[in-house]
Amino acid sequence: MSTFAQVALVAVAAGLSCALAGVFLVLRRMAMMADAISHAILPGIVGGYVLAKGPNIFLGFIGATLAGLLTVFLVEALTKSKRVKQDSAIGLVFPALFALGVLVVSKFFANVHIDTDAVLYGEIAFAPFDTFSIGGRDLGPQSLWVLGGLTLVNAAFLIVFYKELKLSTFDAGLAATLGFLPGLLHYLLMGMVAVTTVGAFSAVGAILSVALIIVPPVTASLLTRRLPVLIGLSMLIGTGSAMLGYQLSSAWDVSISGMIATTLGAVFGITLMAAPKQGLVAQLLRRRSQRTQFATEMLVVHLAAHEATPQQDQESTLLHLEQELGWESNRAAQIVSIAEQRGLVVSQDGAMALTVEGKGLARAVSER
Amino acid sequence: MSIFHDLIYDYTLRNVALGSAVLGIVSGVLGCFAVLRRQGLMGDALSHAALPGVCLAYMLTGSKTPVTLMLGAAAAGWIGMLIILQITRRTRIDPGSALGIILTVFFGLGVVLLTVIQKGNDANQAGLDKFLFGQAAALVESQVVTMAVIGGIALLIVTALYKEFKLLAFDAEFAGTLGLRTHALGTLLTGLLVVAIVIGLNTVGVILMSAMLVAPASAARQWTNSLSHMILYSALIGALSGLVGAVLSVVETGVPTGPVIVLCLAAAVIFSLLFGSAQGIAWDWVRRLKRRNGMKETTT
Repeated sequence: MSTFAQVALVAVAAGLSCALAGVFLVLRRMAMMADAISHAILPGIVGGYVLAKGPNIFLGFIGATLAGLLTVFLVEALTKSKRVKQDSAIGLVFPALFALGVLVVSKFFANVHIDTDAVLYGEIAFAPFDTFSIGGRDLGPQSLWVLGGLTLVNAAFLIVFYKELKLSTFDAGLAATLGFLPGLLHYLLMGMVAVTTVGAFSAVGAILSVALIIVPPVTASLLTRRLPVLIGLSMLIGTGSAMLGYQLSSAWDVSISGMIATTLGAVFGITLMAAPKQGLVAQLLRRRSQRTQFATEMLVVHLAAHEATPQQDQESTLLHLEQELGWESNRAAQIVSIAEQRGLVVSQDGAMALTVEGKGLARAVSER
Repeated sequence: MSIFHDLIYDYTLRNVALGSAVLGIVSGVLGCFAVLRRQGLMGDALSHAALPGVCLAYMLTGSKTPVTLMLGAAAAGWIGMLIILQITRRTRIDPGSALGIILTVFFGLGVVLLTVIQKGNDANQAGLDKFLFGQAAALVESQVVTMAVIGGIALLIVTALYKEFKLLAFDAEFAGTLGLRTHALGTLLTGLLVVAIVIGLNTVGVILMSAMLVAPASAARQWTNSLSHMILYSALIGALSGLVGAVLSVVETGVPTGPVIVLCLAAAVIFSLLFGSAQGIAWDWVRRLKRRNGMKETTT
């Protein structure tokens, strides 16, 4: 397998595993927990290093996961004490843990190379060189195995606990009443996020793993309200952006993880603008058509109110609309022409009259 | 005590201590509003979002002076903040997700720009990425003065609009009915956070900036129920932690300043949570103990 294909596969596996971990995190409005966990794992890695008296991938993994869960526990405890709000609790816990990690590294391992910058940036380009082999047979990049395994574990978790996760996310009270142990589920979910972050960050860096966890589900939530579709779309957006970002980064020779995060941002930005129902453009168009509809209804009701009265001729001129309804002249002309196009109003010698349809609409509006 | 002598006469220690104290005061004051308005993580997101601004400022001007980079950081942080506020106002996306998206995407863009700059083989760019990781020990006098001036302006704005900001923090809807332009005021108040962040970037760095804003305010909150007192205590806790952290990191060589300051703040938060006079947890325990003893006495 070429190096290019191997890195692409690692990127896709990262996209899949992170998107699966992110769906319920985002739905539970705890996206920033992923950021906190990704930073707080530093002391865990350092702890694993101390215990193993050297770099050891398994102890590092376990230490990092425990540090992630410790973050969750401390945030939970602070929030439950009611002295600190949840966002502040997150903002307190992870810098403190990260500072502890940095301090231990700089105090006791000044001669060892644990680069705190590298924790943030990550370097997926090196993934193919860390290969995994059993009995001398090269089985491909280590991170591909880790991330592929995580994808399977996360998928299995979602399938097994789908019903429980769904209920406790959308109706925590009912879930507790039915005996679903929402607390246990919460820690299981957070454990999944922590393990995924730990697994992904050594390959793609902390920031990109957080981007891959948060951005795809949020983008998907702009496109659908149905949970299965949301999960599928998240996986599609995660892997698609990872592939595209990797292609672009090798075309322009820039940071791979940076470019994947930027691509995710672009996909989110386009979706935010153009999503069919919740998109900003759709919102704008909807508001505009509602305004036009309302103005048209006002026009026909106004005309209907003065129909067959002595003032009908004065009341139904364009100039009068400007005065009585407070419309600017081009707005009034625009609304009248829209009403004419819809066959609600006819104009003769500067005065307007309702058609049969117009009278029908006026009656319907008045009775509403 | 030689440490007091050094604080005044040692150039490096004086700058580090003064810079950290200035940062502590400014972020202490602005952090109070952030904490009360549930924007505790805004600082984290905006400090990460500053990276592309730092890179672009360098690419456009070719200069690496702190003021240029700070302006770039401020511009990117401000844009990131506007996008976050618009997303939360106009869509169903929750504030946490909006923060997370801007944080990661802006930072990713910044990393891309960093590699573009590094490709240029420009010897001058070395250490650009260090701007974000805090190097308090390298603070020079002109930087400390710049920090003090910018921070002072932010504090003046808070003083001038104190009444409005207070209302906004506690009852934004009521503020709106009084005819205050709550969106504009909210944007300004959140925007002032960008000022604290820009000051903090080259002292404590991106990751620890969040604690500089949240910790002093959270600690101060445990001692009082009045906003003006909370702001005062918060500034004091911020300044003291900055000072103590700076001194400790200089006395104990080879230890970076930022993490020491944050651990001082963490200690202050833990102490305040336990013993704070307004809502300390330890007083709850004492009260419960007294009640239990009182019960015993009445029953026996």
